[in-house]
Amino acid sequence: MKKLTLGKVLKDYGLALVLVLLVAIITALRPNFIKPNNLMEILRQVSFSGIVAVGMTYCMLTGGVDLAVGSNVALSAIIGALFMAARPIPPEITGGLNINPIIGALLGIIASTASGLFNGALINKIRIPPLIVTLGMLEVVRGIVYVLTGAMPIYEGFEDYFRFLGQGSIGPIPVPVVLFLVTMVIGWIVLNKTVYGRHIYGLGGNAEVARLSGVNVKKISYSVYAISGLLCGITGIILLSRLNSGQPRTALGMEFEVITACVLGGVSMAGGEGKLSGVFFGVLIMGVLFNGLIQMNLSEFYQMIIKGAVLLLAVGLDTMSIVQRRKLLDKTRNLTKGEGLAKAN
Amino acid sequence: MSDNLLEMKGITKAFPGVLALDQAHFSVKHGEVHALLGENGAGKSTLIKILSGAVERDEGEIWFDGRSYAHYSPHDAIQMGISVIYQEFNLIGKMSIEENIFLGKETRKGIFADKQAMFQKAREVFKPLAGDIDPSEKVSNLSVAYQQLVEISKAILNRAKLIVMDEPSAALSTRELDILYKLIQKLKSEGTSVIYISHRLEEVFEIADRVSVFRDGKFVDTKMVSDTNKEELISLMVGRKLSGKFPQNNQKSNEVILKVQGLTNHKLRDISFDLRRNEILGITGLVGAGRTELVRSIFGADPFIGDIYVKGVKADIRSPQDAIRYGISYLPEDRKTNGILLEMSVRFNMSIASIKKFARHGFVNQKMENKTVQKFVDAIRIKTPSLEQKSKNLSGGNQQKVILGKWLACESDIIIFDEPTRGIDVGAKQEIYSLMNQLVQEGKSIIIVSSELPEVIGMCDRVLVICNGMITAEFDKRELSQELILAKACSEGEPA
Repeated sequence: MKKLTLGKVLKDYGLALVLVLLVAIITALRPNFIKPNNLMEILRQVSFSGIVAVGMTYCMLTGGVDLAVGSNVALSAIIGALFMAARPIPPEITGGLNINPIIGALLGIIASTASGLFNGALINKIRIPPLIVTLGMLEVVRGIVYVLTGAMPIYEGFEDYFRFLGQGSIGPIPVPVVLFLVTMVIGWIVLNKTVYGRHIYGLGGNAEVARLSGVNVKKISYSVYAISGLLCGITGIILLSRLNSGQPRTALGMEFEVITACVLGGVSMAGGEGKLSGVFFGVLIMGVLFNGLIQMNLSEFYQMIIKGAVLLLAVGLDTMSIVQRRKLLDKTRNLTKGEGLAKAN
Repeated sequence: MSDNLLEMKGITKAFPGVLALDQAHFSVKHGEVHALLGENGAGKSTLIKILSGAVERDEGEIWFDGRSYAHYSPHDAIQMGISVIYQEFNLIGKMSIEENIFLGKETRKGIFADKQAMFQKAREVFKPLAGDIDPSEKVSNLSVAYQQLVEISKAILNRAKLIVMDEPSAALSTRELDILYKLIQKLKSEGTSVIYISHRLEEVFEIADRVSVFRDGKFVDTKMVSDTNKEELISLMVGRKLSGKFPQNNQKSNEVILKVQGLTNHKLRDISFDLRRNEILGITGLVGAGRTELVRSIFGADPFIGDIYVKGVKADIRSPQDAIRYGISYLPEDRKTNGILLEMSVRFNMSIASIKKFARHGFVNQKMENKTVQKFVDAIRIKTPSLEQKSKNLSGGNQQKVILGKWLACESDIIIFDEPTRGIDVGAKQEIYSLMNQLVQEGKSIIIVSSELPEVIGMCDRVLVICNGMITAEFDKRELSQELILAKACSEGEPA
């Protein structure tokens, strides 16, 4: 039993420990790393994938995954940028204020949410596995983005007030970081305090049991992909504001770091298990790691190797814990008096 | 080594924290059927795992067929002539019966697999067991009962001297059980020994020559079946006296709670019946007759056409959600895959169906939730160290109670139990029975789907017999008998 408590400690505080260790090592090698400016920069860098990670966590908790996040982020940014650049609403009718950025931003978010909803429809109506659906949509949506822009960046139409979203700050804290933290908190509350959150965990634990317990599993499954799309949409608009240009290659490959952060944070690939607090640390660890690698002037190619290795390590640990759980289950089955499991059938 | 095929002496096995077996003895004679009894956690499974080579013992000797064996692997055990048929089958669903039977020991003709010879042999072995099922059928298309027959065929093909059957009857209907018994008799007459593990005492008297009882990791006693009786075996298993009788329900009411009219789907034809308040209604029949499909339809889990009235009001049930709203609840046959979230806590499982009751504007009031869950944990006496205990760590009986508690928290009036006591040990069974009675006394109505006729006869006020998707008979408590039910639960293929 002692072993279990040690494991529990590691499970509860292990991620924070890893983070502290990582920061310590990098600081030892590159003392500049620990400067407040750099730390704030890391936070700003992770805030984009951090917001997306909340939606990804929801999808993964139901036992699915959303590979299309990067493309949805770009879709939102590009739709927003195109609208802003086109300025279809003349300022005269809105009292001199150019509201095109606001409408554009909303349209971008709506487009990305619709794209997420479409993922949900393919998964639930046609019953294609989430991995395939979102892999296909990753390509389709990115293709649409290239078609819409002719693969050229969009540079005009950004009002000063729109820059606040990506470039402004509230007190010392950059706005993206604030939005990241707010998303995390709301995401946590929904998961842990609401009926909807219960249903997500139930669905991921065992879809059939959840259905037979009266959970509307289709609705839940639809909604998590829509939420992922929504958060991608918001992220796209913040990125647009931050970059001050609509880049068709925005968030290319983002799914990779987001999934790595989630798995690192303890979200099980099998669904039903994982906490948003863990994902928060997962996101930070990823940010610290990449910033550290850049500080150490490691070439991009080596960075790729390390990124891939981290993902494999995280998934490996998750799988190992599943195997271990099974073994433990088998053991309890044999031996616990009165508390042993009845024979499954 | 006298006439013993197997002798296990002084077997001890400790797992971290628990002594699973403590100086246990066990012997099996040539050509005997030896029943192994004990509650969950008594040490039966560990004993069998040691015998099969899956688990290494800490102490003790094993003699098999006149030789002493120190260490051996599961593969060695098969070579020695020991075949174990576990409850969780070792079958590959996507492969055919024949392919499964011959997996790893394919007959060859030169470098090619001799498909024809294997098919012939598979048919030879399988046909007496399963009748007209085509050996090229995919295993995933078979019912649990037939899958078990495939497992037995594998053991026969291995020329096993000793076959261990771990609760073989758990998934079988009465007719299939008959086939199994005949098969065991045949194996016995050919000199094969059988270790038969079961929770059903009736079977011991039906099939076994001797019976050994284990309790808390210790060997208790071995008896000739002819020298013992049910009561004695129960007290040996439990270590105390249990009544072994079914509690009686004496509440009567004529109010119809549930009315089913003309229910029809892919498996069922024109099913109509009433369920009254305070009533326990049994639904029995052979495996595959449509019992589970019927109750799943009423619960909205399977599609159907037909009318359902709850308390006189027409109920539009298209999903379990709808059924739950009408106060119908369902405890599925397969707890682990359909009934309970194993990785989730007792609290999570018990509140998931009624969670909206503890919520305002979508936010869960956890205090209220805990209070209600605790209330039901106490009321139905669920043994768990805390509400946060993961459900997989509970015994089968307590898991069943957690599922029951989930529905009680929903305040369901109609509770459907599908094979309520399968895989649950004697003590817990008795408790489930008293709970059912307590519930009907409190004004609820219960439907029990069961293949265990003593359970059906003992518990139910009225019994419907289903055959080929139709109700073939209805019996009142007074006229119930095993023979009558069996006669109406016609075998497959016969005209209804």
